Amino acid sequence: MKRVYAREEICGGCKLCEVHCAVAHSQYPHDIIKAFLKQETKPIARILVEEGRPISFALQCRHCEDAPCTKACITGAMQKDPVTGIVTNDETRCVGCWTCILVCPFGAIKRDESEHKVASKCDLCATVGGTPVCVQNCPNDALVFTDELWRR
Amino acid sequence: MTISMSTPDFLIERDRDRCIKCQVCVRQCANEAHFWDEEEQKVKANDALCVNCHRCVTYCPTHALTIRKYPLEFRENANWTASTIKAIYRQAETGGILLTGMGNDRPYPIFWDHLLLNASQVTNPSIDPLREPMELKTFLGRKPDQLKVEDGHLVEKIPPQLELEVPIMFSAMSYGSISLNAIKSLAAAAERVGIMYNTGEGGLHKDLYKYGKNTIVQVASGRFGVHPEYLQAGAAIEIKIGQGAKPGIGGHLPGEKVGLEVSQTRMIPEGTDAISPAPHHDIYSIEDLSQLIYSLKEATQYQKPVSVKIAAVHNIAAIASGIARAGADIIAIDGFRGGTGAAPLRTRDNVGIPIELALAAVDSRLREEGIRNQVSLVVGGSIRNSADVVKAIALGADAVYIATAALVAIGCHLCQKCNTGKCNWGIATQNPQLVKRLNPEIGAERAANLIMAWEHEIKELLGGMGINAVESLRGNRLMLRGVGLSDRELNILGVLPAGE
Repeated sequence: MKRVYAREEICGGCKLCEVHCAVAHSQYPHDIIKAFLKQETKPIARILVEEGRPISFALQCRHCEDAPCTKACITGAMQKDPVTGIVTNDETRCVGCWTCILVCPFGAIKRDESEHKVASKCDLCATVGGTPVCVQNCPNDALVFTDELWRR
Repeated sequence: MTISMSTPDFLIERDRDRCIKCQVCVRQCANEAHFWDEEEQKVKANDALCVNCHRCVTYCPTHALTIRKYPLEFRENANWTASTIKAIYRQAETGGILLTGMGNDRPYPIFWDHLLLNASQVTNPSIDPLREPMELKTFLGRKPDQLKVEDGHLVEKIPPQLELEVPIMFSAMSYGSISLNAIKSLAAAAERVGIMYNTGEGGLHKDLYKYGKNTIVQVASGRFGVHPEYLQAGAAIEIKIGQGAKPGIGGHLPGEKVGLEVSQTRMIPEGTDAISPAPHHDIYSIEDLSQLIYSLKEATQYQKPVSVKIAAVHNIAAIASGIARAGADIIAIDGFRGGTGAAPLRTRDNVGIPIELALAAVDSRLREEGIRNQVSLVVGGSIRNSADVVKAIALGADAVYIATAALVAIGCHLCQKCNTGKCNWGIATQNPQLVKRLNPEIGAERAANLIMAWEHEIKELLGGMGINAVESLRGNRLMLRGVGLSDRELNILGVLPAGE
C-alpha cells in the first residue's frame, strides 16, 4: 500500500505539514485562517515532526500490516481496511481509553480532548483521496507518498 | 555598556488577522528575528535582527508577513546618506573592517543596459528557432593558428577543448563558502544541461567526483584540496588569481565553517581558519604564472585546458595579453560586480572596473596582437539574464560565468549576509540544520531550468538577428548599438551609437 515516507536528510523542521494536516482535519478544511482563528478549539495535526536538531522528520501512522492498535481497541473503533490497508479510527465508536496509544510502536496516535475524548490519527487523507495534504504541502519534498519502501 | 546608535534596517509587519500562530517563521529564522511569547501566546519580532531574506515571508502559510525598509529617517542629506552614517556607527562600535556578501550594490552605470541588440528587417531574413536548427554549442580552449588537412584528416591534433551545450557556466564557489547541497544542485544541473560548474578553492568533495566531466577544478593561492586525483577529476583546471568582488584580496574561511567534511575536502585540520593569501606566493610575474600553467598541464598530460581567472582591473588588456602568452587556454575575467561569500565592504564597492569595458578592451587587444585564437574568453561579474549573455558574446566573449543568478535560482534572496553563515536558504552556510533546507534535487531542477530558459531566449534573440549559430555572433559588435554613452565609452566598447 502507499505510505508516507519522511526523508530526514532534507526535512527542515518547519512543521508546515502539521499546519496543513490540522487544517485538513478541521471544521474548515479549505480555509487555513478560519480553521485556526474561527474554530473554537485549536485544530490538531495528525502528523508530528520529531526534532532533535539538526535531526527532524515528520512521523505519522505507519498503517502497519499487523496493526497492534486494531487488536488493542476495546470497542472495535480502530479498524484496518482490508482493501486499502488504511487504519482508521471510527470516532463515533471511540471511547478515549488510550489503549491504542499504549500499544502503538511509533507513538503516532494523539489524544484529542477538544470534544469527546477520541484517539486522533492519520487517515492518509482517505476521505478526500489523492496525495495526503502533508505531502502536497511539504516545501522541500521531504515527504514522499509511495507504495515502494522508500530508501535514500 | 554604552548605548548602541545602530537602528534596525528592516521592519517586520505581521497582519494579526492572518497570523495563525503556527510559528513556522520562528522555526525558519536563523537570525532569531521572530520569537514566541509564551505568556501572551503571540508571535513577536525583533526587527533589529531581520536581514530581509524573505524566508519567513515565503514560508508563512497565510501570507501574514511583510518586510519593509525601517521607516526611521535621518535628516535628508545627499552626501551623508543613511548607509554612510550607519556604517560609521558600526565601525565606531567595533573598530573593525566592514564585511559583506554578494556583489557590489552601488549605483554605478550598468553598461549592459546601455547596449541594444539588432534585428533583421526586410533586407535579411530573421530565423524562427522553433522551426529551424539553432547552434549554441561552444568549445573553449586554444584554437590552432591554422588547420592543415591531409587525406581528409587533421595533421595536428586540436588542443584540449571544453565542450558546452550553451555558452554559460556556473562560476567558482567553494565548498565552505556555500553548502554541499548547493554545490550538488549546481553540479547536477550542469550535468543535465551539458555545461560546467566550478569547484572554487574548496577542493572536491568525495560525493562530487561523479560529476567530473562537468567540473572545472580550481587551483588558488591557498592550494586547498589540490592532489593528483583532484586535478585529474575535472574537465579543466582553473588558476584563480583574483575575484571581481575583491581584487587583490585573499580569502578567509573562518574555522567555525571548517567542519569534518570541509576539513577533509580542503585537506586542513578541522576547525582551523582556511586562509588564502592575497597573491600566489610563487607567482610574481607572467613568467611565474606560465610555470604554474605548464606544471598543471604536465601533471595532467596536456589533456585538459587550463584557465586563468582574474578580476577586471585597470590594466586588464595588457594583463590578459600576458596570460595568453603565458600559455593559458582560457582567460576568465570577473567584473567589479561579481559576487562573493565574504569581502571587505569598501573593497567590494570601490575596486575593479565594469566587465563590459574590460571584455571589450581585452578582446580588442588580443585581436590587435593576433593572438585572440590562442585563448577563449569567459566573462562573469553580474550576468543577470540571457540578454546580458548575448551582449557579452557580441562584445567578444566565448562564454559567460554566472553565479549570483544561479544562486538566486536555487533560493538566494540577495540579503548580502553570506559571511554570517546563517543563510536561511541553506546556501551560504555549513550549519547542518540550515544546509538540509536546500533539497539538492529541487536545486538541480531549478538551476537547470534557468539555463534551459536562457537557452531558449538566446536562440530567440539570435534568430531575430538572422543568426543561426552563436559562433556568428562572437565578437560581432555590429549587432550592438550604444545609447546614453559618451564617445570615449563607445570607443572602448567598439560599438556605434544607436542611429549610426
